[in-house]
Amino acid sequence: MKLHLFYPTKQQKTIKNMKLLVCISHVPDTTSKINFTEGDTKFDTNGVQYVINPHDEYCLTRALWFKEKQGASITVITVGTQLVEPTLRKALAIGADDAIRVDAEPKEAFFVAQQIADVAKKEGYNLILTGRESIDYNGGMVPGFLAASLNYNFVNACIGVEIEGQNVTATREIDGGSEVLATTLPIVLAGQKGIVEEKDLRIPNMRGIMMARQKPLKVVPAIEVILNSTTVGFEKLPLKSACKLVSPDNIDELINLLHTEAKVI
Amino acid sequence: MSVLVFAETSEGQYKKVAFEATSYGAKVAELLQTNLVALSINAKDASQLSTYGATKILNVKNEKLTSFNAKAFAEVVSQVAKSEAATVVIIDSSSNGLYLAPLVAFKLQAALASNVVGIPSTTNPFVVKRKAFSNKAFCLTALSTSVKVIGLAKNAFGIFENTVETTLADFNPALSDADFGVSSKQIIKTSGKVSIADADIVVSAGRGLKGPENWGMIEELAQVLGAATACSKPVSDLDWRDHAEHVGQTGKQVAANLYIAIGISGAIQHLAGINSSKVKVVINTDPEAPFFKAADYGIVGDAFEVVPKLVEKLKIFKQNNA
Repeated sequence: MKLHLFYPTKQQKTIKNMKLLVCISHVPDTTSKINFTEGDTKFDTNGVQYVINPHDEYCLTRALWFKEKQGASITVITVGTQLVEPTLRKALAIGADDAIRVDAEPKEAFFVAQQIADVAKKEGYNLILTGRESIDYNGGMVPGFLAASLNYNFVNACIGVEIEGQNVTATREIDGGSEVLATTLPIVLAGQKGIVEEKDLRIPNMRGIMMARQKPLKVVPAIEVILNSTTVGFEKLPLKSACKLVSPDNIDELINLLHTEAKVI
Repeated sequence: MSVLVFAETSEGQYKKVAFEATSYGAKVAELLQTNLVALSINAKDASQLSTYGATKILNVKNEKLTSFNAKAFAEVVSQVAKSEAATVVIIDSSSNGLYLAPLVAFKLQAALASNVVGIPSTTNPFVVKRKAFSNKAFCLTALSTSVKVIGLAKNAFGIFENTVETTLADFNPALSDADFGVSSKQIIKTSGKVSIADADIVVSAGRGLKGPENWGMIEELAQVLGAATACSKPVSDLDWRDHAEHVGQTGKQVAANLYIAIGISGAIQHLAGINSSKVKVVINTDPEAPFFKAADYGIVGDAFEVVPKLVEKLKIFKQNNA
């Protein structure tokens, strides 16, 4: 058993090659009430609790696995104002080694991707994990823009990944199944549930929270990017009419309603 | 100037989303007073798109593109967009469409709007309505680049027949090895079932079913309706059902015509995944279950009594309406 200490194994070789960046989005908790202010042009942050975007949390957890099994170090990054720092600290408490905040309002996907790409290029991250989409704007655009900006390989909707040396085997979700892909580092993976399972997610413990306070959180200025798009307003969903209740003894009525009124069967 | 739609195929046959994207493209082209060009890759019968308003159809025949490859496909779409001087490029929201759209937009230095639910409300500025906040609101986005890419949300526009005169031609893209940095090794299909993404009707069940052994009636109901089966998150976490069936915020998104929820209370995370479905039916013993607030039709009752009756009655209905 002790031979491991003297002969470098294949696994140890991969250590040197992996530099991991996890992109985190700071989003309203799912249960938040969605309201708008200033004539439906601004998102109302009043009373909103923020969390790590769930898809990003799956990715961070997978990154921790790489750290523990293959020795990578993990940087988390987000684009945001000082208000997002608690979310970064939480990622550090879960187990990331250091954090970078690009100091800017995340105005749109292209802008955010350019900021992260700039940092990734300078620091030479070769494995970038990020959620397939954020649960606020649900755009799903940042991962693809980021990969394209860096000219890295890219796998979207990733539900499984193994890395050996430079070789990456990734599984993505497709409509009605999954697809196994072969590619190489450097790569951007847009992950989702499946890259790890719910039970693998970690709740930060007290030691993690204490340590997170000491871990480096670097603030970098944003680079200048010409915006591709702007949000000009919001609309709430139209009010729904009340649910029509049908008696369990009158199934025919339900079938009739679905056929003649809703016209879906 | 033109509008370009990427009409997606699977094993040479057009997907339903291809007809929806083409119908949508025809409407956008009309709005911009220009023509609709449709592009497909390895389609067996590309002329079908003329039924939905494409005045020019380009088909790429290339063995290397038999299976979907995001980067190579993005290269093809952007080459066609440039040669046709497209100002708007439309891509569907299938798993391949979502993968492809940002790569195409980047190549064309175009703004991308994903999850778009309707035609542009104005064209100057170019404003589109998109789903946001997990289907709890819409966001109005103005795109300021000269070329725009639209990711059309699934089942948001509909399919409209609009037969037009069409020219049909082949397109030969220039591709290099660099476009094939990611390669497909294996496709694993969930066998013999309607997929949640393609289904018009989805039958979904939750913890109210008490155990995986009780799913027989759910599958039977799905079979009668030609529906896909799905489940809530707790059911998938408990391994009662395959994880691929999990619908909700962190699972699959459902934008079906009819969504039937059985024994699902309707947690906000679940509703976030199914809100885009047109008609929702809930069957639950608890009249206080939050799903009743989100549903169009509901039955307060025991699934073990209601579902078998529903199956039986639907069989009769299907026979009479066959």
